[in-house]
Amino acid sequence: MNNRDTLVIAEHKEGAVTSGTLEAIGAGRYVSGRLNTGLSVVILGSGISALSSAISNIDTDNIYLIENHLLAQYASDAHLAAIYPFIKTNKPSIILIPSTCLGRDLAPKLAARLRTAYISDVSGIEVDNSEILFTRQVYGGRLLSTVKCRGGMPWVITLRSRAFEKPAASASKPPKVEGFPVGIDPSHIRTIIKNIEKTQKGLGLTDADIVISGGRGMKGAEGFKMLEKLAGILGGVVGASGAAVDAGWMPHSAQVGQTGKVVSPKLYIACGISGAPQHLAGMSTSKCIVAINKDPDAPIFKTADYGIAGDIFEVLPILIEELKR
Amino acid sequence: MNILALIKQVPDTAVDLKISAEALDIMYQDIPWVINPYDEYAVEEALRIKEKNGGSVTIISMGPDRAADIIKSSIAMGADEGIHLKDTAFDGSDAYGTAFILSKIAGISGYDIILAGKQAVDDGWGQVGPALSEILNIPSVSSILKLEISEDKRTATAHREIDEGLEIVEVPLPALFTIQQGINTPRYASLPGIMRAKKKEIKVFNAGALGISQGETGREASRIMLQKLSKPHARKNGEMLKGDAISAAKELINRLRNEAKVI
Repeated sequence: MNNRDTLVIAEHKEGAVTSGTLEAIGAGRYVSGRLNTGLSVVILGSGISALSSAISNIDTDNIYLIENHLLAQYASDAHLAAIYPFIKTNKPSIILIPSTCLGRDLAPKLAARLRTAYISDVSGIEVDNSEILFTRQVYGGRLLSTVKCRGGMPWVITLRSRAFEKPAASASKPPKVEGFPVGIDPSHIRTIIKNIEKTQKGLGLTDADIVISGGRGMKGAEGFKMLEKLAGILGGVVGASGAAVDAGWMPHSAQVGQTGKVVSPKLYIACGISGAPQHLAGMSTSKCIVAINKDPDAPIFKTADYGIAGDIFEVLPILIEELKR
Repeated sequence: MNILALIKQVPDTAVDLKISAEALDIMYQDIPWVINPYDEYAVEEALRIKEKNGGSVTIISMGPDRAADIIKSSIAMGADEGIHLKDTAFDGSDAYGTAFILSKIAGISGYDIILAGKQAVDDGWGQVGPALSEILNIPSVSSILKLEISEDKRTATAHREIDEGLEIVEVPLPALFTIQQGINTPRYASLPGIMRAKKKEIKVFNAGALGISQGETGREASRIMLQKLSKPHARKNGEMLKGDAISAAKELINRLRNEAKVI
């Protein structure tokens, strides 16, 4: 790896890098191309040598593997202890990390330890004459802010899920794969993972191509079963408005909006959701938005590509039946 | 237990926000200011830890004069002390700068547990808490939904939200935790609490009192420079699908398949 390369810190699950990582590689290709530098990807974990063949056709110049049994699951202390010496040795200029539960934990600590700039949840990058402009949502998605970094590099950037394209081409030549040995002192690891409770089967809300959300108009937890059914047919994931979560019909983890998840799927179907600004902040960058609501004046229709002013309990069963055909 | 709750005052984002002429800030006239919702959960969690384990809750907020309002309202909820960090030298600090300033007051007040919202709803950096833990060299757990203190008060177990569900993490104290929505329902202030908050003196610290020299904080020291604020592109006007439920539903499927090509 050359000094001033762009570096992607990969995230992997079940033997494959995540789609957020591929998006970061896509963004990294753009940045490194404009800055005329190389692109490197670093993977941390335990038993990760299998991963390198899985991503050997990805369009990056270098892949670094940091293998250590203490990196088997994410713990900020262990991961920081491993990535920090790697960065000090290789001196990248920009570090791109998917903005996930892992990235949002690791990145701010990493930047603080490096004493360099950190920008979170970036949804756009523009490189213009070696000046790099980062765009991100502020005020709960009501406004966009464009910022620059200054001071020592590397700058640490987390990238909003689904905001960047995965690399289109596969590598013209396979990336160089190298190990980077690190010693981690177990006594320096203060955060001990006791257990992981998996509550979610399949894709998460932020990764899903199709999200079907329900609001107050669903009238109760029972109504969400219908949304589950529709999600099952379309291969989507069910979300909820703040009102539905506050009513106790769905867990907080399903909330889409300013104080919940921000999603940007290919298709977002809002069922019985009026469209409060709080909710719109979490879904208005979706590619295609459908709204079904009894009230023809509901603000959600202003944001929707297709609207149906009708009774959700009448429209949804028909949709489900028609889609089953 | 010495519990610090870090809070920030933010514009109520439910109101319409206007961008100033230079596009570098919002217009502040007539904006209602509120406590950052995630920070309010942090205050509530701090009070619950104190009620269960004993100790005291100190509220810390950095900001102009008006930030005293949210310190008072947190005291009205039951917090013991309030500290207001106020100095024009702090203006324009980035999140790291804010964490640096907070590290100074944490050093003065002492702490076993530091709680903060996982991010602020205005600029949304999500950096102050984790960066502060780095500066103080204490462990931190971000985005937690549950917190339990061990009987000997030497460790804490937190439930951290991750993409797949929950991660149960144990850390030695002192430690910092950032709070996710769903951990609790903040209480309302009681009438005696409101009376107490009115009389309670809030301690004010400026840069000098914190031992911060000129140029260490504020706009000068910031690593982030705002170039402009803008409104997101408005979505183009959509189309209402007409007819009864059956024809509208059928038309929707047709449009999603053949026009939007998303199913």
